[in-house]
Amino acid sequence: MSKVMVVTSGKGGVGKTTSSASLGAALAQRGQSVVLVDFDVGLRNLDLIMGAERRVVFDLVNVIQGDAKLPQALIRDKRLETLSLLPASQTRDKDALTEEGVGRVIDELKERFDWIICDSPAGIEKGATLAMRYADVAVVVTNPEVSSVRDSDRIIGMLDSKTRRAESGERIDKHLLLTRYDPARAARGEMMKVEDVLEILAVPLLGIVVESPDVLTASNMGAPVTLHNPASPAAQAYVDAARRLLGEDVPFAQPAARQQGLFSRLFGKKAAAA
Amino acid sequence: MSLFNFFQKRPSAAIARDRLQILLAHERALSGRPDLAAVLQKEILAVIARHIPIDQDKVVVKLDRGAQVSTLEIDIEMPDEVLAVR
Repeated sequence: MSKVMVVTSGKGGVGKTTSSASLGAALAQRGQSVVLVDFDVGLRNLDLIMGAERRVVFDLVNVIQGDAKLPQALIRDKRLETLSLLPASQTRDKDALTEEGVGRVIDELKERFDWIICDSPAGIEKGATLAMRYADVAVVVTNPEVSSVRDSDRIIGMLDSKTRRAESGERIDKHLLLTRYDPARAARGEMMKVEDVLEILAVPLLGIVVESPDVLTASNMGAPVTLHNPASPAAQAYVDAARRLLGEDVPFAQPAARQQGLFSRLFGKKAAAA
Repeated sequence: MSLFNFFQKRPSAAIARDRLQILLAHERALSGRPDLAAVLQKEILAVIARHIPIDQDKVVVKLDRGAQVSTLEIDIEMPDEVLAVR
């Protein structure tokens, strides 16, 4: 039974595309067949993050409008046999997407893949609502920062009201993925802690991705971090998140703070205790 | 900044959490409904406008959302001559 999963956030720049790529790769590395669908029509980037930008011929809009068949538009990943990409159009705008057309493409993808991962554009407009429309599972990507948390709350409300599942009275399976987390700053009281964000948003935790230079390096190279640097803490976090999506019971390790200097250790502890 | 935090009473993360909790409680209650403050403002002004002329530029509306109580404050400047006639 294949699953449609939307990766969404409301706010831009929190790590939706990076997380879509990394979760997709991590699922594919565990033997699942996965397609990543870029819904950011007009501003596609998933192809670039996946290192497939020079292989795009047809896109989602071409398939919806009947200019290309689905297999012609799918790009098979060169590193992982079971991972494919359906890119967004760069030249059209989001009005080229229709609810009926998206539904048709998703139904066709369900026949071929275990996981259909819909990488949502930022915002709450058509592109974002269509990316979540047919989802069974939602990953809400949030940074421990006020505007990101507020926007995530808004998106959670939309997941509970504007999706097919919500409208038919079914539950949509929501998960929180906290990205760009800095344990040292959280310990010093400079950043909301994991528990703070969980308490506010009341969505179960899927994973904590610690702020890490490895993520930028991986996107520079056009590879999901789980493939580029599997030993990095960020890659481990995505692998653990993917295992949880597959129903495995993976305990949450308290993310380790980076080595601190004497100064921040001295003052950091006092501030955190205050 | 560690030194700054040291002198501050509460860590900024706690302030962020509290601000979000208050804000989101309101936003969740209002979602799907028209903005209550905007509706109240429109209807209150309509009632007053039936009796005295109001210059829309001289109306100040303030909304303060607190954890327990919110206040809607509407300041309308009424020219003396309007009051004198009635």
